[in-house]
Amino acid sequence: MLKVKNLKASIEGKEILKGINLEVKPGEVHAIMGPNGSGKSTLSAVLAGREEYTVDSGSVEFLGKNIFGSSPEERAREGLFLAFQYPIEIPGVSTTNFLRAAVNQVRAHRGLPKLDAVQFLKTMKEKMQIVDIDQALLKRSLNEGFSGGEKKRNEIFQMAMLEPKLSILDETDSGLDIDALKIVANGVNTLKSADNATIVITHYQRLLDFIIPDFVHVLYNGKIVKTGTKELAYELEERGYDWIKAEHANA
Amino acid sequence: MSKDAEILEEFTSKEYEHGWSVDFEADEAPKGLNEDIVRFISAKKNEPEWLLEFRLKAFRHWLTLEEPDWAAVNYPKINFQDIIYYSAPKKQKKLDSLDEVDPELIETFKKLGISIEEQKRMTGVAVDAVIDSVSVATTFKETLGELGIIFCSFSEAVKDHPELVKKYLGSVVPYTDNYYAALNSAVFSDGSFGYIPKGVHCPMELSTYFRINAANTGQFERTLIVAEPGSYVSYLEGCTAPQRDENQLHAAIVEIIVETDAEVKYSTVQNWYPGDKNGKGGIYNFVTKRGICNGDHAKLSWTQVETGSAVTWKYPSCILKGDYSVGEFYSVAVTNNYQQADTGTKMIHIGKGTKSRIVSKGISAGHSQNSYRGLVQVHKRAENVRNFSQCDSLLLGDKCGAHTFPYIEVDNSSAQVEHEATTSKIGEDQIFYCNQRGIDTEEAVALIVNGYAKEVLNKLPMEFAVEAQKLLALTLEGSVG
Ligand SMILES: Nc1ncnc2c1ncn2[C@@H]1O[C@H](COP(=O)(O)OP(=O)(O)OP(=O)(O)O)[C@@H](O)[C@H]1O
Ligand SMILES: [Mg+2]
Repeated sequence: MLKVKNLKASIEGKEILKGINLEVKPGEVHAIMGPNGSGKSTLSAVLAGREEYTVDSGSVEFLGKNIFGSSPEERAREGLFLAFQYPIEIPGVSTTNFLRAAVNQVRAHRGLPKLDAVQFLKTMKEKMQIVDIDQALLKRSLNEGFSGGEKKRNEIFQMAMLEPKLSILDETDSGLDIDALKIVANGVNTLKSADNATIVITHYQRLLDFIIPDFVHVLYNGKIVKTGTKELAYELEERGYDWIKAEHANA
Repeated sequence: MSKDAEILEEFTSKEYEHGWSVDFEADEAPKGLNEDIVRFISAKKNEPEWLLEFRLKAFRHWLTLEEPDWAAVNYPKINFQDIIYYSAPKKQKKLDSLDEVDPELIETFKKLGISIEEQKRMTGVAVDAVIDSVSVATTFKETLGELGIIFCSFSEAVKDHPELVKKYLGSVVPYTDNYYAALNSAVFSDGSFGYIPKGVHCPMELSTYFRINAANTGQFERTLIVAEPGSYVSYLEGCTAPQRDENQLHAAIVEIIVETDAEVKYSTVQNWYPGDKNGKGGIYNFVTKRGICNGDHAKLSWTQVETGSAVTWKYPSCILKGDYSVGEFYSVAVTNNYQQADTGTKMIHIGKGTKSRIVSKGISAGHSQNSYRGLVQVHKRAENVRNFSQCDSLLLGDKCGAHTFPYIEVDNSSAQVEHEATTSKIGEDQIFYCNQRGIDTEEAVALIVNGYAKEVLNKLPMEFAVEAQKLLALTLEGSVG
């Protein structure tokens, strides 16, 4: 599904990603952990096609195609979804209207007819249950005045609506209370299938109790310096990153 | 006028002639403006003496005025002697099918979601009998007639209701008001007249669309609306379809009289040709719009969506004379490429307990300049006045400009006047967020802009609001990314 080879990327002349290698297969869940500023959000932004970043070298294949030829919206329509670490506010545009535009453009790309208002609302109702989101929230301006937790829940709701192939959840657990965390994790698990895959970026092992990863990667200083299983997350929880930093002091 | 006076007039006006004479049989006046041209226009329209007098006074006053230059707009000096001030309404050439219409225009119609029938009507393609707009207009007129509502062209009103026109013409916007008001008063071509009798709630939107011969009202349009005590009307001006005109200068006047307990909602969508990408050839739109809340508890509400014209100069205003009367101004002004808009409102609080609300949303893109200019004036005897103004500017790109000029003059200490202003940019991160959900940049801009202008668009009548949303998107097409 996703093949990242020796990816290097920079912003304003500063190299952030220094050779990332990562392969994600359908049905898999990968967790990426790593200290603040190590490049996790940068990696997700580069994969999603944010233009501010310059790709210096390396390759990324998504669903067998070189990703760098496509615009962010094409990647999204192909099935790449990014749940933002900091979701953006759009005043005056309700989540409902926003999603109607999104769903219809994605459907058009996939050769499906537009959903009419009735069908759309029906789909919304179904998906709302997955993350137990309040309809009143969806009528308000997108993310404007939402609490931290509401924003994150709304991201997963959008993911449910768009039915992506690969979802990257950038610290979706930060800011969620323990009940919300379970609901969101449960939502992600419900949406999981043999054909899609998930990358969860997190600082906390706690989330990985609910969303069980097949692989855990440690991103440090722009590189994946360690890959393991769920056990690695426990180890990090216990020991922090100092030992990793020490191992890679010269990296 | 007596015969002698007429001869004298003729004689004294000779100096303006510049060596040519006016052929009163012609369909078109020669270029330029002098008293003979004013007489020519009046004669062409078979106007009564008092109206000719009104025009002449206005013209003589205009001669004493200087073209204003205080607005934040720049354009080459207008040569007022190089303009044709009268030409007979031209019959639109009838076409057999839409295939004969400029494909680019059809494309625009489609983007605006204008129906095929409507497209035909606007481009002069023959329409079949059932939906013929003339018959629609006729039924419309009958319904209004039963209620005693008058809605007709200005010229018809002069013929059929001279006492009303005479009573109200120039009562809100006197010809002495400003340069363009004087010019319009001297040479106005045609326009609309609306009269709502006492206690009548007009059951439908009065729209120029339904007025037969609405097209070709010319460049100096004149609108007069009178709402008698306890009446209500919602009036729509303009349409979202792009409008082209050979005349570059447009100087309209709108006058509204709102009596006790009456309410007038006046909505405009202005989409005159803005000129090409380099700003060449667009319309100059210099408009004076003003209404008076003459009686207690009267309410006047202006809503405008301004997307067209190369240069716009326009301040729909409310004179709040009646106690507890209410004035509102909701505006979205979009400028792109090299467009310039200087627009806003004046709220003149004279009566006690009067309230006003101003919501202005400017959107600038390209190399355009967009200014809000607003006056809130509270007179000495106006107790307990309240005003709230919200002026927001949204910038797309970094070559455009947004400016806010609020003027507040308060002469009574009990007034509560609030002014808020914000300037924001469409963020790269907003666009990226939309893109990441599969929404392309064009649609992202449309979504964001419509969200931004929502409070104003919501004030428009429903069908109009939908078209206006599409129009905003269309105006800004290609301005980001
Ligand atoms: N526009 C920019 N200009 C300069 N440096 C930037 C820019 N954007 C990001 N960076 C830097 O890139 C590095 C990686 O940032 P990134 O957001 O990817 O980290 P992260 O791993 O997601 O951290 P966190 O755990 O705190 O979310 C940081 O040092 C950050 O300051
Ligand atoms: Mg991050």
